[in-house]
Formats: sequence, C-alpha cells, structure tokens
Amino acid sequence: MSAPLPPAIDVSHLVKTYAGVTAVDDISFTVARGEVLGFLGPNGAGKSTTMRILTGYLPATAGHVSICGYPVATQPDEIKRRVGYMPENNPLPGDMRVSEYLYFRGRLKEVARRKLGARLDEVLELCDLKRVRHSIIGRLSKGYRQRVGIAEAILAEPPVIIMDEPTIGLDPHQILIVRDLIAGLRGRMTVIISSHILAEIEVTCDRVLILNRGRVVAQGAPAALRREILGLTTYRLEVAGDPARFAALLAAFDPNLKVARQEEADADGFRKVTLTTERAEELGEPLLRALLAQNLRVRALSRAQPTLEDLFLAATRRSWETVDKR
Amino acid sequence: MKHFWTILSHEVRMLLVSPSTYVAAFIFLLVMGFEFTSILESYSQAPQDASPAIAFFQYFAVPVMFMVPLLTMKCLAEERRLGTIETLFTAPVTTTEVVLGKFGAAYGLYLALWVSTGGFFYVLRRYSGDPHLLDLGPLLGGYLFIAVSGLLFIALGVLASSLARNQAVAGILCFAMLFLLIFVGGYYLPDASWLNSNALHPLKSAMEYAQIFQHREDFTRGVVDTRQLLFYLSGTVLALIFSILSVEARHMHS
Repeated sequence: MSAPLPPAIDVSHLVKTYAGVTAVDDISFTVARGEVLGFLGPNGAGKSTTMRILTGYLPATAGHVSICGYPVATQPDEIKRRVGYMPENNPLPGDMRVSEYLYFRGRLKEVARRKLGARLDEVLELCDLKRVRHSIIGRLSKGYRQRVGIAEAILAEPPVIIMDEPTIGLDPHQILIVRDLIAGLRGRMTVIISSHILAEIEVTCDRVLILNRGRVVAQGAPAALRREILGLTTYRLEVAGDPARFAALLAAFDPNLKVARQEEADADGFRKVTLTTERAEELGEPLLRALLAQNLRVRALSRAQPTLEDLFLAATRRSWETVDKR
Repeated sequence: MKHFWTILSHEVRMLLVSPSTYVAAFIFLLVMGFEFTSILESYSQAPQDASPAIAFFQYFAVPVMFMVPLLTMKCLAEERRLGTIETLFTAPVTTTEVVLGKFGAAYGLYLALWVSTGGFFYVLRRYSGDPHLLDLGPLLGGYLFIAVSGLLFIALGVLASSLARNQAVAGILCFAMLFLLIFVGGYYLPDASWLNSNALHPLKSAMEYAQIFQHREDFTRGVVDTRQLLFYLSGTVLALIFSILSVEARHMHS
C-alpha cells in the first residue's frame, strides 16, 4: 500500500543569477535515497551556490528543488529539519567548547533534550572527537575542526547531508578518517559532497556530477563517465626492434589500434610507444603474444588508467568548447 | 518561538565569555562610581535640594554611549564575518527568533549592569544612616527610565550590528545613532532657531516627543507618561523589525 517514496533530492531546471551573473544555469538532477553524490568542478562552477540553494539558505532565481518530497521554496522549515549542512570553510564559533557547541546545535535542530546527551556521545565517538570534547574549538587543529563540522552535520540524523569540501586542508590520514565516516553513512543517509580532490570523489561517491560554468557537463558513475568522455583505452609499450615490422604487426593485429605517440629509441634500442583503441576489452595479453611471436623485444606493457583528473579536464574542456561556440 | 530561549541562553553565555563585555562593565562601573563619589562629596559639603538619585541619573547618557555599542556590536556582525550565520540559518530557526534572542541577551546584560549600581545606594543607605538621602520614588523612576530607554538603545545597537560585517563598524555606527538620538535630538535640535519657521512646525512638535533628557527628568520626578513609553516601545519594535529585514535581505542577496 505504500506509495513509492519520492527521491531524496530532486532538482529541475535550477537557475540562480546574482546581479546579472549566472552562477547556476539550468541544472537538473535527482539523487536516490542512500546515495552518495559528488560535485566536481573548477572554482566558480556553481557547486557552493547549488548546495546553498538545496539547504534553503539562498533562494533560487528559477526552477524547482525538492528534498524528500518537500519543495524548498515553500517549505523551508521542513527542509531545514531534513538537511545537515556543512558550509564551505566550515565556519565554527572560536570561543566555545566542542561539547557546548554540539549541544547548542542539537537544541537548535530540535533533538529532544532527553536523547541529546546519548546522541552527543555517539557522534563524538563516530567522529573520533572524544578526546577533545572539552577543548575550545578555536584552539583545535584543522582536522579536528573539520570533524566537529561533520559531527554537527550528522548530529540530528537528517536524511540528507550536504557537505561543501569536507576534506579541504586535511592531511592524508585525516582524509582517510573522513572518507570512512562518509562511507559509514552510505545507505542510511543521502550525502552530497563537493571536492577538488578528484581521487577523493572517486572513492567515496556512487555518482559524480561534473559542473562547469553553472552547467552539468557530465554525470554518472565514475567508471561509466570514463568510457563516455574519454572513449579510448590507452596502452603504453616499450619495445625494441625494427619499426617497420612493428607497424606491420599492429596493422595485422587490429586496425583499430593506433599509435598516438612514439619516442626515439634510447641507448638500449627501446622505444616508448603510446597506443589507443576504441575497444574496451583487455588487449594486453594477445598483443604481447603477437609481439613476441615476431621476435620483437618487449620491456614493458601497461594499460593506462585514465584518472578522474583526465576525465575532469576532458569534460570541462568539452564544455568550454561548446560554450565558446555559442 | 521554540528556539528563542535556546538562542537567548547561548547568547548570554557568548557575551559572558567575550572580553568586550568586561570592558563595557568596567568602563560603566568606573564612570558611574566616580560620578556617585562626586555626588556624595557635594552632598557632604552643602545641603542640596534634589535627591542624590536624581543627580545620579543625570549623566546616564555618557556610559550608555560606550556600553551599548560594546554589548551589541558583535551580535550579528560577528556571525556574518565568521560565516556561522550560514549554519545558524540552515537550522530550523526563524530570523525573528535569532534577532529577538540576541536582543534579549544584550538587554538582559545591560539591565544587570545597571542593577549592580543599586549597590551604591545600598552602601549610602547603610553607612549614612539617613533615610532622607535615599528617596525611593526618584530611584525607582530612574531605574524604570533606564529599563524602558534601554530597550530602544539596545535595539538600535542590534540594528547597527545587522547592517555591518565588521564589528568595529557596527560599534561606531551604533555610537553615531545613539549620539544623534540622545544629544542632537535631545539638546541641539529643540533649541535650533531654524526649526522655528511655520513650515517646519510639525517637525518641531515631533522633535519634542524625542527629548530623552526631558523624559529622564519626568521619570525621576515620578511622571510616567504613556506617550513617552510608547515612543520607546514603538522605536524598539521598529528598530527590531528593520534588523530582521536587514538580516533577511542580506542573505537573500549575498
């Protein structure tokens, strides 16, 4: 009898202009319950603005945003009860103690006074803040402050959590802790994070939304995005032998395989060759066999994994080209 | 109004850990203490015709102009500068609750500081042994005036803080507004000759309602005029409404 639940976040044709500048230009996306979505984009792409609109802090110029079925524009109070938000740069009052601050925020977020104490302990434990619970926030290191911000966002157990650059300025160890924390929320809460650290997004997020100049330039699972945007698989090869024989072998082996770049032979006679192909399946082993069968010496063969960084650059370049054409 | 008390108690605590509160308290008690001593000296030298309470409240404006900016300048400007205004307004609270909570905390502290000057009169009563020196009427009237006018002064401070991003700017803006209201409105304008022309008569009669020194005199004499009460109350409500609008307008266009 239960009707299908509305998606956790539904954004359609969202537009935001500030004094003539379009920060967000016709963005649409939905996020399912329990999904972790990553926003990726260069500075000024509209990530923070979109997040602020989702939390009800900024009004949108046009478009429709709803969270758990409640429209943000008309029911901001319902939205604020359902969203835990950590703004950019994680602003915290410097002259309060950690437990005092979290208690105050818990009361503001309408956590019942009876439950708040237990919930506070739970959150402090989860974010590994027990040792500093009586410290003054202004004297904490950046990693602790960041975790106080995250603790604050998940304090009231909201169904949706929005964090603007939660890992900025952290050391690799702290990033790992934050990543585990976010992974622990997967399935229970819907999470949106934005980041400049591309590897970060790749590990933590189920789905990525690449924004540039206020538009969505690509979206999907990281692996699917790779195929869609880059299209080509790249192999790197170090080979010695007659170049003409090598070219003939390649043509016979697979006409799709093209030499993208070839370096001069080094002192040992090995040349570095970069090959690209549109075929997605693994070609490494048959290629190696074919090369050895022709008595070509091979020192190294690897399939290059395009990083999210390549993806990001390719996607944003593509969108710049389309923007410039208009 | 669910969150009013949460914000109020939070703000009181923040004021109590802030150094500017102690600077305000120190300056205030220092100035009032000196003033009270000089009053006592003049009473001990020659009999005076007014009660010491009347003389005491005569100079209320001097500490007020320093104390009110120090108590209120932080309240909204600091939140905006730190960016905590963003976390504050993404919690399920309304702007009205926030502004009223901050106003209430600053006003409570303002009153508490004034109430502490009651100790001066207790000392006077205790050690002079002369009940005539402690005339209860002017004393209560004076404190009532302080309580009522304080509403408007603190509300102006909150308004100044809501307009600025920097707390120093908020403090100076508040000082300027209080100076205009108390001295220019209370001393200079009522005597200004250019206001005497017929065309400006409505302005002049309006000015006469805003003479704060006149109000103080009436209150300490035991005359509580509802027009004066209404002047302060309506001024307070207006300043608070403008503060709420200013906060909302700023985060809509930020």
